[in-house]
Amino acid sequence: MTMHTTEHTAASHGDSAHGGAEHAEHGMSTRGYINIALILAAITALEVSTYYVDFGPLFLPALLIMMVVKFFMVVSYFMHLKFDNKLFSWMFYAGLFLAVGVYVAALGTFHFFLR
Amino acid sequence: MADTAVAHEGHTSSTGISNVKLGMWLFLGSECLLFGGLISTYMLYRGRVSNGPTPEQVYDIPFTSVSSFVLLMSSLTMVLAVSAAAKKDDRGTNLWLVVTALLGATFVGGQVYEFTAFYNEGLGFTTSLFGSSFYTLTGFHGVHVTVGIIMLMALVAINKRSRVPGSKAETVEMIGLYWHFVDIVWIIIFTLVYLIPV
Repeated sequence: MTMHTTEHTAASHGDSAHGGAEHAEHGMSTRGYINIALILAAITALEVSTYYVDFGPLFLPALLIMMVVKFFMVVSYFMHLKFDNKLFSWMFYAGLFLAVGVYVAALGTFHFFLR
Repeated sequence: MADTAVAHEGHTSSTGISNVKLGMWLFLGSECLLFGGLISTYMLYRGRVSNGPTPEQVYDIPFTSVSSFVLLMSSLTMVLAVSAAAKKDDRGTNLWLVVTALLGATFVGGQVYEFTAFYNEGLGFTTSLFGSSFYTLTGFHGVHVTVGIIMLMALVAINKRSRVPGSKAETVEMIGLYWHFVDIVWIIIFTLVYLIPV
């Protein structure tokens, strides 16, 4: 699928001076955003279908994978993290992975994963 | 370092990137810890139903699916507002901000309806651990969406008077980041809370 990426500002990479008036679009074109939204809608429809269709042992892994894919698509494309300075990614993913680590450990102490 | 310093509407940054944006990402990273705590508490208590209805008895998956779709599409309209702001298209920016706020309001309206329906079916805040953790988690999320709607409408009002302080495009982008974050939290809640049975 073509994502129709556009030129993004050097400022978003932190290697050039810029003012607010020069804060140009970075990331993707309008068509690219609509394509991403359509993919997200399709994945959501697939997720909802698991409520009606028996996916057997694939049910839980499929749902979790679809959730993670949707999450990272929004973060990468709609929030522009894929195109922005890596320091922003560090700030966000540090909090995210710390949260996942802390709460998976906390749930583990309550034997949540053995139920 | 002076060569790489960014003059961003009067604010200089030795890192060469916007301090406002860095602060927003740091805030969103900390929000992961807040919602992580609420989600894991729900996961722990969702099967603890001594009184009142169970999750399977109250959840209306088709209704929540539509709400989820509405919130997901609000992320598209928000990114279109950010894109319009970057192109200095004030009319387009205001239009997409209002559409985003309306979609957000539809989602919150759906949540109010859902809470009312659950309450009428016997699930109060103190009925069971499931009820308490469910209302706390989804209520916190609903408050975040409501705050987002207020920010969107305030931005439209300020933008119409051309009184947005600093970079307009960056201000719209910051509110956009907050709005998308609220959306990604719901992506997780929808799967873990509604779609995965106890």
